[in-house]
Amino acid sequence: MPTEAEDSEPVSWQSDSGVSADVTRGERLSELFEERVRKPAIVAWADRRTRVGLSILAVYVGMAIVAVFDLYRAPSTNQAPQLVGPFESWSHPLGTTMSGVDLLSLIIHSTPDILLMIIAGSVWATGVAVVVGTLAGYKGGATDRVLMSISDVVMAIPGLPLVIILAVTFNPQNPIVLGILININYWAGLGRSLRSQVLTIREDSYVEASRTMGVGTPRIILKDIVPNLMPYVTVNFVFAARYVVFASIGLFFLGVLPYSVQNWGVTLNYAYNGGALFTWEAAHWLLFPMIAIMGLSLALILLGQGMDRVFNPRVRTRLAESSESTRETDDATEGY
Amino acid sequence: MGHYYLRRTARAFVTVFLVTSLSFGLIRLLPGGPFTLLRANLLRQGVPASEVDARIASLQNIQPDAPLWRQYLDYMGAAAQGDFGTSISLDEPVAQIIAEAVPWTVFIVLVSTVLIFVFGILLGAIQAYWEGSRFDQLVSGASITLMSVPFYVVAVLALFVFAYQFGWFPTAGTVGPTVEPGLTMEFVTSALNHAALPIFSYTITGIGGQALAMRGNSIQVLGNDYVEVARLRGLSDRRIATRYVARNAILPLYTGFLLLLGFRLGGTVILEQIFSYPGLGYYMWSALESNDYPLMMGTFLVITVALVIGVYIADLTYGLIDPRISRGETDAY
Repeated sequence: MPTEAEDSEPVSWQSDSGVSADVTRGERLSELFEERVRKPAIVAWADRRTRVGLSILAVYVGMAIVAVFDLYRAPSTNQAPQLVGPFESWSHPLGTTMSGVDLLSLIIHSTPDILLMIIAGSVWATGVAVVVGTLAGYKGGATDRVLMSISDVVMAIPGLPLVIILAVTFNPQNPIVLGILININYWAGLGRSLRSQVLTIREDSYVEASRTMGVGTPRIILKDIVPNLMPYVTVNFVFAARYVVFASIGLFFLGVLPYSVQNWGVTLNYAYNGGALFTWEAAHWLLFPMIAIMGLSLALILLGQGMDRVFNPRVRTRLAESSESTRETDDATEGY
Repeated sequence: MGHYYLRRTARAFVTVFLVTSLSFGLIRLLPGGPFTLLRANLLRQGVPASEVDARIASLQNIQPDAPLWRQYLDYMGAAAQGDFGTSISLDEPVAQIIAEAVPWTVFIVLVSTVLIFVFGILLGAIQAYWEGSRFDQLVSGASITLMSVPFYVVAVLALFVFAYQFGWFPTAGTVGPTVEPGLTMEFVTSALNHAALPIFSYTITGIGGQALAMRGNSIQVLGNDYVEVARLRGLSDRRIATRYVARNAILPLYTGFLLLLGFRLGGTVILEQIFSYPGLGYYMWSALESNDYPLMMGTFLVITVALVIGVYIADLTYGLIDPRISRGETDAY
């Protein structure tokens, strides 16, 4: 008489998870870890640009943590003497502004919202682009025509002016909403280039095999197509993030976005309008927010270029498995 | 081929139509609605209550009491004729303000974009040619650094150092106050003098990205078999460099140009505000500051139209440069 355990055993070969009899779940997980985490990490870390980029980014994350847990004093007016120069006193290392606000605390307490905004904006931009690009590219026909016509129209609206008008209309305060708003039409260009990549992937034999086997469209897109796009998507995620940094701080600087959000652009705006242009004594008030902006975007660019390497199969083989015949070449990175 | 041009032209018109409709919808969503603020302003200025509606109609091309479809038709009809109403803050027809502003913005954007492409392509090509050399590493490093600097940071720094501290360049305006417009030497030098810093800061930050892209493309093209074949055929280096490598490496940049143009036209809002350079972007910003909705929407529409025209021209000429241009449709799954 068969026991319960024996009864349930043979089911596994026809279950959907694809676990074969001689590979345990643990082995599969460790293989997945090897392929998706360890090897890319080795390759990424081998590239100096990724190392530097990640280190700089870590500084900003650290600043965000300091701000969130209130480990450094919050900015407030008249907390210090006015216009103290940088590196003059230990209590105000970066100096103070015209209204006696500690500059370092301003910069630190702007970081969390900026990081939130960046993540929201780039998740939105790449997410919509992937959906539009894969659907249009894989489905083709009428779906393709409709989606691409929409993207063409959206692409033809200049980003910043549109964001300005939307910001005035809806007056968003939440950094996540702001991030999405700033990248509101960024997906269009990215979606178009993803589509052209899907067009080549969809003709590959394994996709054709899935289709012949009667696998549904959503599953083909998720399992066969999207994984192949990931390299390009990741790199563009970083570039979308950089665009959020540039655009948001520019708009805060213009005074278009609400001042209730703490931002380096707001600091820049006060410095610009507060007379920092006229004297060298107030120059640090302009310079430090600028350095904060440039550091963050430099980190993102370096990371983007390093990532490009991770997904370059030739470089990957060379570093992870030491094959001699592979030669590394630089891939083109688009920068706007 | 004719079919393609026709479709492309239709799409340009559809885009402008949709954006104009969008602006009509957005005016309705603006804080306080399109008329509340204006009505209050007019009443404060002493306009009799009975005439306020008529004044609003002349300012915004919309009759406040008409049904929505009627308002929409009036608005679209006026916009089609290039009539964007009257600016509230400057009390001049919006079309006239824009007509004076457009040439300056086009001048700045065009000159700086051309400079970006010329320098970016040259640098990138040389880098690719001497791949791995000291020069290559130096320029790559500089390119990455420049890419991480937003143009407005360079603009503010340039204004601070060269205009305010050293006084080499003017701090505002498009030409000197006493200069008469015309094709005189004085006018041209004054215009160039005023445009120098905006163009400089808009160009220097863009070169890096283009140089890196051109470098990558060229290296990829150099590795292709047809370049090797051309070498074996004994073609001169110059012919290979210009006809085989440069041409194929530049093509992808040309499509990137469309996106670039959009970013750059939009960016003038920040650039022109910093330099108080009265172009389209400057007026859009000042309209924003004074809640001047007709002027704000007018500049937004015209910036969009400028971009649509730019993309349109680029699209049509792309077919001339790259004969392989493919627009065949794919089978539907």
